[in-house]
Amino acid sequence: MDLRKLKTLIDLVQNSGISELEISEGEEKIRISKSLPAQAQATTYMVGAPAAPAIHAAAPAAAPVAAAPAAAAEPEGHAVKSPMVGTFYRSGSPGAPAFAEVGQTVKAGDTLCIIEAMKLMNEIEADASGVIKAILVENGEPVEYGQSMFIIG
Amino acid sequence: MFEKILIANRGEIALRIQRACRELGIKTVVVHSEVDAEAKYVKLADESVCIGPAPSGQSYLNMAAIISAAEVTDAEAIHPGYGFLSENAGFAERVESSGFVFIGPRAETIKLMGDKVSAKDAMKASGVPCVPGSDGALPDDPKEIIKIARSVGYPVIIKAAGGGGGRGMRVVHTEAALLNAVTMTRTEAGAAFNNPTVYMEKFLENPRHVEIQVLSDQHGNAVYLGERDCSMQRRHQKVIEEAPAPGIPQRLITRVGEACAAACRKIKYRGAGTFEFLYENGEFYFIEMNTRVQVEHPVTELVTGIDIVQAQIRIAANEKLWFKQRDIALKGHAIECRINAEDPFKFTPSPGKIIGYHPPGGPGIRVDSHVYAGYTVPPNYDSMVGKVIAYGDTREQAIRRMRIALSEMVVEGIKTNIPLHQDLMLDERFMDGGTSIHYLEEKLAAKDAATKGNQ
Repeated sequence: MDLRKLKTLIDLVQNSGISELEISEGEEKIRISKSLPAQAQATTYMVGAPAAPAIHAAAPAAAPVAAAPAAAAEPEGHAVKSPMVGTFYRSGSPGAPAFAEVGQTVKAGDTLCIIEAMKLMNEIEADASGVIKAILVENGEPVEYGQSMFIIG
Repeated sequence: MFEKILIANRGEIALRIQRACRELGIKTVVVHSEVDAEAKYVKLADESVCIGPAPSGQSYLNMAAIISAAEVTDAEAIHPGYGFLSENAGFAERVESSGFVFIGPRAETIKLMGDKVSAKDAMKASGVPCVPGSDGALPDDPKEIIKIARSVGYPVIIKAAGGGGGRGMRVVHTEAALLNAVTMTRTEAGAAFNNPTVYMEKFLENPRHVEIQVLSDQHGNAVYLGERDCSMQRRHQKVIEEAPAPGIPQRLITRVGEACAAACRKIKYRGAGTFEFLYENGEFYFIEMNTRVQVEHPVTELVTGIDIVQAQIRIAANEKLWFKQRDIALKGHAIECRINAEDPFKFTPSPGKIIGYHPPGGPGIRVDSHVYAGYTVPPNYDSMVGKVIAYGDTREQAIRRMRIALSEMVVEGIKTNIPLHQDLMLDERFMDGGTSIHYLEEKLAAKDAATKGNQ
């Protein structure tokens, strides 16, 4: 992969709404991710035998479940962590209002989100009371066990 | 061929499966518990999903979490490895009904072989020789039980139908002890396996553990890949395995191997499997079948040149076996030593941080291990940290190479059983070959007695 091509890709990510771009051509792989609000960082680059290229562009602001570079530092407070693997939803059904927004005051036991696992919807409750300082997962994103979803301060 | 496989296991086998996937150009998703987040194969995976805290019940045995992980990553197939859920028919069924391919046999085959009574019946129907015994579950009538034991001949062993792998068994030497033994084994089986059914077999005094590896595709082709001798065991756990089995005439292997392949075709077995036998006085006796890849698969890979894990994936992807029985010939000799994080002579577990690690290498040496300097062996799982396999043109050369490899190997920070293996590679009876399944425990007991005697 030559430098010009690399620069073109970096500019592409920089100037678009894409937050992460991964391209693999055989054994060659490059992943460029843009962490808000900072600049793009080029990461892994491996060389090997070429084959048919495959391009995966992540949807805007969606992060893979793999160890992705951390975005802005988490604000202080109690992290509500996912108790299971599944897909995170902010509301009970598409179009319905979200259970919780940043700035909202919640009590322990209030439903914060839904995690869908194997076609079952699981209501996830706050395990602390306070104000929602941050929501760390986007609607429809996968979550793994132990992943921080909300910060309550 | 699959584009993405989820590896539902940990440790060296997770790395082994990952290597086979990468060679085939398949992306890997590795699921892991919280304490395995720093594992080598997790770092190398295309995607990884934390599925739970350390305890296996909440992670590696958590069916919902594993299948959910496959859903969110769009995996196509799930490889269960060995142990954990690999022989859980319920898991295989849920995987497939959730739309994924289970890399292993069909759920009904797993169920058939999981019940040791039905497994024996299926084998007898296919012409595989079995240990003489009660021909099915033991009845309740004490008079009948006594009659069966008399016809089988003492000593006998009572086994739980839902058991296996050395669990749920009791040896009976005299008629006086028989009924009590049956009752106790029934009670234990009910508690441990939720199935109080027991059966009886003749207890063989000095058998060897010899097993046959098979591969069977979804197009009616089944091939046996020769045998392995796994007699060096302690408490039913294999310590050393080798291929081929020393001193067994080829015609006996051919005969039992062909019976196993025929059984696979008959029950429409899918994937890799192992038929376990006790071998005594020139006779093979079927005890159970393992419907998964086994820890000791490398010794067979080295003497046959067949990649068994790759074969599992290709069979699951509905490919035909790319070789026939006549293409299989065992060449050379391979010996595997299981390296465990434990005190080499007290066998107490020794988890902890590995601060220094130098694996052996050179001609004829293969190391299957996930550990590295700085890796912490967690206390929550079995203690195996890797396998060293030595290959030679002859058994003697394999043993010599293994001695050299063990002397080079360094694992600092935890204890390992390397000293035990070094001892065994110099053991005269081991060097002769053909020791029984009781040999290692007898040797260790004699050593214990000698130490105590000297105190």
